[in-house]
Amino acid sequence: MALETMPDGPVVENPAMDKGPDFTQRAHAALIDPGLRRNFRRAMDGLMEKRAAQFADPVAWAALRERGAQARAAALARLPDLLEELEARCAANGIQVHWAETIEDGNAIVLGILNHHRARQVVKGKSMVSEEMHLNDHLAAHGITAIESDLGEYIIQLAGELPSHIVMPCIHKNKDQIATLLAANIPGLGYTEDVAALTAAARRILRDRFAAADAGISGVNFAVAETGTLVLIENEGNGRLSTTLPPLHIAITGIEKVVERLDDIPPLLALLPRSATGQPITTYVNMITSPRKPGEKDGPAAVHLILLDNGRSRVFADAQLRDTLRCIRCGACINHCPVYARVGGHSYGSVYPGPIGKILTPQIAGLDVAGDLPHASTLCNACVEVCPVKIPIADILVRLRQEAAQPAGAATPAVKGAGSRRHIAEALVWTVWRWVYAWPWLHHRATRLLARIGNWIPARAPLLRAWTRNRTRPHFAGQTLHERARRAGIDHE
Amino acid sequence: MSDNARSRILARLRAAAPGPVPPRPAWTPPTYLAEERRARFIAMIEAAHAEVHEVDQTTWPVRLRSILANKGVRRVMTAPTTAAGQQLAAVWADLADAPALIAYDQPVEVLKPVLVRDVDAAVTMTRGAIAETGTLVLWPSPAEPRLMSLLPPIHVALVEEWRIADSLAALMADESWAAAMPTNAVLISGPSKTADIEQTLAYGVHGPKELIVLLVRDQEAGAAAV
Ligand code: SF4
Repeated sequence: MALETMPDGPVVENPAMDKGPDFTQRAHAALIDPGLRRNFRRAMDGLMEKRAAQFADPVAWAALRERGAQARAAALARLPDLLEELEARCAANGIQVHWAETIEDGNAIVLGILNHHRARQVVKGKSMVSEEMHLNDHLAAHGITAIESDLGEYIIQLAGELPSHIVMPCIHKNKDQIATLLAANIPGLGYTEDVAALTAAARRILRDRFAAADAGISGVNFAVAETGTLVLIENEGNGRLSTTLPPLHIAITGIEKVVERLDDIPPLLALLPRSATGQPITTYVNMITSPRKPGEKDGPAAVHLILLDNGRSRVFADAQLRDTLRCIRCGACINHCPVYARVGGHSYGSVYPGPIGKILTPQIAGLDVAGDLPHASTLCNACVEVCPVKIPIADILVRLRQEAAQPAGAATPAVKGAGSRRHIAEALVWTVWRWVYAWPWLHHRATRLLARIGNWIPARAPLLRAWTRNRTRPHFAGQTLHERARRAGIDHE
Repeated sequence: MSDNARSRILARLRAAAPGPVPPRPAWTPPTYLAEERRARFIAMIEAAHAEVHEVDQTTWPVRLRSILANKGVRRVMTAPTTAAGQQLAAVWADLADAPALIAYDQPVEVLKPVLVRDVDAAVTMTRGAIAETGTLVLWPSPAEPRLMSLLPPIHVALVEEWRIADSLAALMADESWAAAMPTNAVLISGPSKTADIEQTLAYGVHGPKELIVLLVRDQEAGAAAV
């Protein structure tokens, strides 16, 4: 189709990352901010408790989770066929489907559709993929105002920030901060900490935006290949408004969000909101199968679906990494992550924070850009235990660490930027380590040597420094274990 | 450009080794005995902040008038061609100080200003309900459009108690949804809400602030007449 595209959109080098300090620096800044830590701690404790109450019966949880994981795995097993089936069903229903390889393509397609319809005012339902695309900036650069209508997204849009959580974008802010921000931005609203009053003021402002909007943009939670149905879940109603009131609806989704059959939806719906916020179901489950039909009095006349790749087909190519794409974006892994609870969402510098971000962002943006993220984990396995679709997050983290330290130069590395974190000194240390452990006599000498001189090595010595920056320096025993054992008369050799 | 993107994406996906299709594990959604079903539905939807009133098939419009009078409702949107819309219009026509009825009888382009700001409540029927999660099932139609259950500050929904299903899975299977999905199907479990400000629940952020469920009793004769 002949859509206008803009050849000169902004070039985003690191699509999923913002520039600036790395994870360690950002985390350090976050850790010394007691207010921020309090905001996250309180929120995470509440969310964990509510989720646990929903899955109190371990047998039912196991069976449901098995079914949910199967629905996602089965969809990935047949992904190319299902995408074609989805496209054909959508086309038959009157939904126009577009394919975008990169975020630049995706942004250009959205802009082309909006221009085609002469749309200038856009309201958005919550969409992580549009965050991934930095769509609002792209539209703003071309004179189109896109207003976030999810209350949390609206708040961070006013603050000019990135979301700090995929389900609750402004979870890092407390009531006073939000009250100040809204008082400064909503005409006629004074400072109030009354949540009902703040919410009512946002309703008033955003209701006008909805009424004036030329187009609505939304994400998609599940796209059903069998029926060509887009399933969107939410509590606020802004998603339904964005997809019903304006004359044009553009839905954006990653290519992995497809499921095979409509009967895959009930088990996934039984997992997603309960895992995310501990609700039995979201207030609204909105299933869209076609644009407005003749005789219908509302709904958009045109519905477009954009299928975004942006590195997902590369993730798909690797049998182990492919499991990353099962994710249903519930955020449970984030809510249960001891690292996230302490450093908060912005430390990750990624649209997707927490465990899912640690495995997804490096694969999409590249290990050269986000190679520090797989290390932002203690591998405690809390995320793996709660993931409703059984993604082996810890195994993937370890795999990504290995990929990052791989010798560079493989013709087609499994992960973009593989080998970018390989340091010659580190590689050498591990080589020596391997030798030492392979040869008993060498091990014996090396440990004895360390027992004698270990405590003389300054804490700020090059390789030791990375450890001692945040931890006490290890103290070497004067004798090795072997020496002590021998002295005590134990000699098994 | 789009066509090339499509073929390149599909080619990359096809180049990858296809995974084994895992077998479909056994999973049965919960089922309820007849008397539990209704109680479960009421308990769940009330827990989600909806108001439930048990009503009779013939007298509900009168009952609704008193419920709405307490809330200061003056303008009520209805679907003029549905059974509920007609019944409401007929009964309220004879009632002194019943709220004014506004018919959703024109496209949204014409009615938008009224819908967005000038009605206090809307009354819709439902296709059914779900006991497990306390959920209303709506398939909006030309007679009863999508925005009725969304824009006005109060949504009144009529639920016939014999149409409460155990679970979404059971409902989809029994009614063969996959064979013919409507333009829009929507599940509603409570009024519009948000917890974006410090996890404090607030209602009516975009959609209705109040959800009033009129649960229509199953009277043998009545059930046959509908
Ligand atoms: S990785 Fe699992 S737990 Fe984390 S957001 Fe995705 S589905 Fe939820």
